[in-house]
Amino acid sequence: MNNELSAIEKTVLSDYKYGFVTEIEADEAPPGLNEDTIRFISAKKNEPEWMLEWRLKAYNHWLKMQEPSWANIKYDAINYQDIKYYSAPKQKKKVNSLDEIDPELRKTFEKLGISLDEQKRLSGVAIDAVIDSVSIGTTFKEQLAELGIIFCSISEAIQEHPELVKKYIGSVVPITDNYFSALNSAVFSDGSFCYIPKGVRCPMELSTYFRINAEGTGQFERTLLIADEGSYVSYLEGCTAPIRDENQLHAAVVELIAMENAEIKYSTVQNWYPGDKDGVGGIYNFVTKRGICQGAHSKISWTQVETGSSITWKYPSVILKGDHSVGEFYSVAVTNNHQQADTGTKMMHLGKNTRSRIVSKGISAGVSNNSYRGLVHVGKNAANARNFSQCDSLLLGDKCGAHTFPYIEVKNNTAVVEHEATTSKIGEDQIFYCNQRGIDTETAVALIINGFAKEVMNQLPMEFAVEAQKLLAISLEGSVG
Amino acid sequence: MLSIKNLHASIDEKKILKGINLEIKPGEVHAIMGPNGSGKSTLASVLAGREDYEVTDGTVEFAGKDLLDLSPEERAGEGLFLAFQYPVEIPGLSTTNFIKTAVNEVRKYRGEEPLDAVAFLKLMKEKMAMVNIDQSLLSRSLNEGFSGGEKKRNEVFQMAMLQPKLAILDETDSGLDIDAIRIVANGVNKLRSKDNAVLVVTHYQRLLDYIVPDFVHVLYNGRIVKSGPKELALELEEKGYDFIKNEFKVEA
Repeated sequence: MNNELSAIEKTVLSDYKYGFVTEIEADEAPPGLNEDTIRFISAKKNEPEWMLEWRLKAYNHWLKMQEPSWANIKYDAINYQDIKYYSAPKQKKKVNSLDEIDPELRKTFEKLGISLDEQKRLSGVAIDAVIDSVSIGTTFKEQLAELGIIFCSISEAIQEHPELVKKYIGSVVPITDNYFSALNSAVFSDGSFCYIPKGVRCPMELSTYFRINAEGTGQFERTLLIADEGSYVSYLEGCTAPIRDENQLHAAVVELIAMENAEIKYSTVQNWYPGDKDGVGGIYNFVTKRGICQGAHSKISWTQVETGSSITWKYPSVILKGDHSVGEFYSVAVTNNHQQADTGTKMMHLGKNTRSRIVSKGISAGVSNNSYRGLVHVGKNAANARNFSQCDSLLLGDKCGAHTFPYIEVKNNTAVVEHEATTSKIGEDQIFYCNQRGIDTETAVALIINGFAKEVMNQLPMEFAVEAQKLLAISLEGSVG
Repeated sequence: MLSIKNLHASIDEKKILKGINLEIKPGEVHAIMGPNGSGKSTLASVLAGREDYEVTDGTVEFAGKDLLDLSPEERAGEGLFLAFQYPVEIPGLSTTNFIKTAVNEVRKYRGEEPLDAVAFLKLMKEKMAMVNIDQSLLSRSLNEGFSGGEKKRNEVFQMAMLQPKLAILDETDSGLDIDAIRIVANGVNKLRSKDNAVLVVTHYQRLLDYIVPDFVHVLYNGRIVKSGPKELALELEEKGYDFIKNEFKVEA
């Protein structure tokens, strides 16, 4: 691991404040991907045979697949043999409580504004912290267990609750689904697992913080969240990475299952390192997120604030299988400098009287490209399906791009599908008006974009809304004037 | 308070202001009148610091400082306020939040502590009563979907909140009916004091029935061609701008 920051890294460090590297010994797999790599990961995690077989099946399927090229993004080919697929912070022995976690690791999370100690005592947020490939600790476990809620790392769930994992993993995103999800299925090293039992309303926000630390590694986490009948959970994930001049791959899979009358609210504040001003470095973020409204009257709501990554390829989707189920997608995607985002959603209406709502706000600055890509599908049995989509784009400057690719497939003539789209530019007039009232240009831009994104920001849990607002402003610093 | 000497300004190489001279003292109300295209709004924009205009000659001193050397937000911090002819809309940004940011940015510029929520609310309540504006308007997005009268009333409310040394009203009466003009003018009059000054830029005399000026200046072809007491406005109303045009067409 290198410990000196390059000159470029230093200059951009002030812009991306999470760009530090933690000096901890890591237990790593050598770069490269073959069956042995997968056996190595599975053995490291002491997994049962069925899990290894599932991974190998995914790997063999992946070998036959082609990397997708339909998205509106450009990047140099990824060499999958150059990536390290496993890196774990070396712990001397098994950790029994959060107090025994390596102090260096604890400092990392404190720098990110997440003190595991503090979290444990003070706030109403339960956190699972994942660094590189493994989960390093989950807070509030005992209190949640009293309600029958299981919240732990997926590795732990494979050991402790194999029946649940076996039943649901791959049930929403099958291993054959797409190139990146197949890769994830083969090599995923950790992630979060959550089960909310029947009729339980989770009393606190559940949260996972993902951190890529080691050089040359990919991060492949897997999240599985099951809300049983009549339950409710609100879940938040945050992500950051050190500043490096290489591109690092992040290919996660998230699966959500909502039973009858259950509700899942899933919020993401994605702040992976976006690369420097010249487009060097940054995370390639190829993520598959999908939820299924399995039971009647269930609801899944995705909210995302995407400010990081050099490339974002991500379409959090909902399969509306249960009658009267509801799917929502609220998104703010910011691209600056050389960032590229191709993001949106898929709403698959299968059940009767299903409803979906899409609100997408794209903000482009610098020489970036920001695309919304969304599919609304109404199946032939989905009587009275209803969708409303709104896609707004805001441009800062005249060298960036905003694109909208809406796809609508309707096979039932009782469906009502609406799509609205607008594109606007931050006007000189708006900025001058703010200036004349004593507000400088940076603050004016922050006010204007937060106003633009308000409908989405309002969906975020209170604790994170303020943080997300600041993040929007920081991401666009220096892009106007 | 404000001292303009030989001010020349142009936009895209086109000369608009061709040597303006004007002195405004605390407590005074000055009106600038003139036909369309005479440079009235340009003067207001140049004083506020809009970048589209280039100052090619002259000096402007405001409260002891070189105004032309300051950025628009610094000018606001020094106590210069422009009530816009066309106030802009900012969707999703509540009017209250906007004004709170403005008040605290100006306080920061002056080295004062920001107002906390309680103090801000108290100030807001006081000024709302003064300019007769409704709470519901202030919780809406800034100027979005506001009627012409609501927009102008919002401008006067912001003026009340920011308590400027010099307020420039740029065609504040345009597009308003007589009742709306009266409400806006009443607000401005309540804000007048011996320490602050008002510069009213207008095409018509009718606003001056309600905001009575101490001095009236006629702007024509980029110059102040005539100055006088408030009666000059009535004379202009009676004779129309043609008599000015005829009188000065040699120079034009």
